Amino acid sequence: MTVGLFVPCYVDQFYPGAAIATYQLLEKLGVKVVYPPKQTCCGQPMANSGFEHLTGGCNELFIKNFAEFDYIVAPSGSCVLHVREHLHDDKNEQVAETTRHKVYELTSFLTDVLKVDSLPAKFPHKVGVHQSCHGQRGLHISSMTELVAPEFSKPGSLLNMVQDIELVHLDRKDECCGFGGTFCVTEEAVSVKMGKDRVADHLKHNAEYITGVDMSCLMHMEGILHRQGSKVKVIHIAEILNAE
Amino acid sequence: MMEEQTKDHAELALEFNRDEDRVNWHDETLWFIRQKRDKIAHQIPEWETLREAASQIKNNVLSNLHNYLQQFEANAIANGITVHWAADGAEHNRIVHELINKANVVRMVKSKSMLTEECGLNEYLAEHGIEVIDSDLGERIVQLAGEPPSHIVLPCIHKKKEEIGEIFHQHLGIEAGISDPQFLTETARQHLREVFLTRKVALTGVNFAVAETGEFVVCTNEGNADMGAHLADVHIASMGIEKIIPERKHLGVFLRLLTRSATGQPITTYSSHFKKPREGSEIHIILVDNGRTVQLGRKDFRNSLKCIRCAACMNTCPVYRRSGGHSYHTAVAGPIGSILAPNLDMEKYADLPFASTLCGSCSNVCPVKIDIHQQLYKWRQVLVKNGYAPTAKKAGMQLMTWTLSSPGAYRMAGKAGRWVLKHAPFAVNNSFNPWYKQRDMPNPPAQSFGEWFAKNKAGK
Repeated sequence: MTVGLFVPCYVDQFYPGAAIATYQLLEKLGVKVVYPPKQTCCGQPMANSGFEHLTGGCNELFIKNFAEFDYIVAPSGSCVLHVREHLHDDKNEQVAETTRHKVYELTSFLTDVLKVDSLPAKFPHKVGVHQSCHGQRGLHISSMTELVAPEFSKPGSLLNMVQDIELVHLDRKDECCGFGGTFCVTEEAVSVKMGKDRVADHLKHNAEYITGVDMSCLMHMEGILHRQGSKVKVIHIAEILNAE
Repeated sequence: MMEEQTKDHAELALEFNRDEDRVNWHDETLWFIRQKRDKIAHQIPEWETLREAASQIKNNVLSNLHNYLQQFEANAIANGITVHWAADGAEHNRIVHELINKANVVRMVKSKSMLTEECGLNEYLAEHGIEVIDSDLGERIVQLAGEPPSHIVLPCIHKKKEEIGEIFHQHLGIEAGISDPQFLTETARQHLREVFLTRKVALTGVNFAVAETGEFVVCTNEGNADMGAHLADVHIASMGIEKIIPERKHLGVFLRLLTRSATGQPITTYSSHFKKPREGSEIHIILVDNGRTVQLGRKDFRNSLKCIRCAACMNTCPVYRRSGGHSYHTAVAGPIGSILAPNLDMEKYADLPFASTLCGSCSNVCPVKIDIHQQLYKWRQVLVKNGYAPTAKKAGMQLMTWTLSSPGAYRMAGKAGRWVLKHAPFAVNNSFNPWYKQRDMPNPPAQSFGEWFAKNKAGK
């Protein structure tokens, strides 16, 4: 099985640690990982701003970089959801369609494809889990409080395999952090207020780390934590699952 | 309808956020209602099946709207109800005005009807010398305050009890400084009792109209619709054409969903069926289009017409809870309002589909399964294609597209960006950067993942 590693642009530029951990974790689990160096971005920032018609170039690049792999895995729910829902190719829609179905968010890949049931990871800290909306409500990687349905969590089950980790309970299990792509600057006031409230929930329950599947939400909350002078850190879930 | 305003959602939300304590209070009040909704929904094991049933019934209605409306009209007329058709808000308002004139009165009592807010009925009638008194407690409070409702189920949810005491002090003559809810409610009760007893014409909204029987159902918790309609000689019911349901038995689905979704109650206190006028009185129903058939013609947005106006999407929306209903500058606020309003006026409401993080919670609570967040996304595309994107945004997006479509340009831009953050942070960390206002920028790493990979892994 060969996996193409899809590293979201802002992870590549600002949080390489999350991508390195993803790469190492997949290799550790016996997967052959290939990183196509000419990748850029899935096009979501444009599409969510109403400019999906400008994403043709990004789509073309994505297909060129990734169509050949058995699976495409990314340490992000949001970018994966975008590809799943919006990757198109006017010239060859068939290839776009098969590519769309091959792309996986990391924790779904570990749970559903690799069927991981144990991990050699250790992380002796109190950790709050942020449910990123696109992973949760878009890709259904965990149950949602709005629905009357059985509870489950792919990131949660994986974190429970980590030795010495303590997951903290939150008052609002799955409220949005307010990042929202360009929303974070176009609706700055509400975005920040949402982020402050989310961070406060983790702080109230004594989390030392806030983790999640999307670095974008974590970047937003990190910006708020820093500004508040808090010692609490954000960490991508791959870095915990890869921690020894 | 609100008066002309030029501020968009982001600016109005910024104003709302100047008072953080109030934002917290507003958020927690509505979150409490969301939790009540969760609790009662979880008591019904078949909840998701019920939502699906409601959605399918509404899909059937939307595909056969003309038949059901004609069936309803024929049955209603046979029951002795007078049926009027209004193509838009202006025609609706004229019909109401004529009916009031015919009854030879200048005052009317009205229970809650978001449709009349949408049509701007109160303002229209005021201009024509007709006094309208809203009899829903929350609506009466905002009416006295000279404001539009901020929420379709809880119209004055943005007001604290102390503020309501002050409004009643100014308008209903109670002593200053009273905030006891019991006392305030009793004050409103006495005031409205006189209104109910003296009005000859009463207007109500319509929650459901049954094609099979020609009857309609009005749901309230206060019984104010019933008080108005039963004591008046003329009952006018204003109804959006999408409110039709095929058969009476379908009410068993919708009435179970409506109030559980809205307030976490098992059912509205009053779910009143109106079928035929009492001896010597009249019932008029006005079937209003006002853009609904246009929306029905928009493939991606037609199912927004399934809405039963429960407001669950507002209560759950993390943006609504922290920006307040008035920031949406339209009669129906929140996520559902943001997909309905652009249909009526794209230019005026171009900001609303962007007032969301697309978190998707709205679609999950919707009792009729409208894909609200997907429609928000689709409206963004439509608005941009129709030229309603700000010029600066357009330019920014084009630059971003150019950069991200080229691996070389992307690597250069990334490197430059990280360099600037490290060596010239003042270029980014300033008041022109909305990110930086209340958040720090991420610490720039020494190398990107791509650079790390090239150094450590490539070719190995």
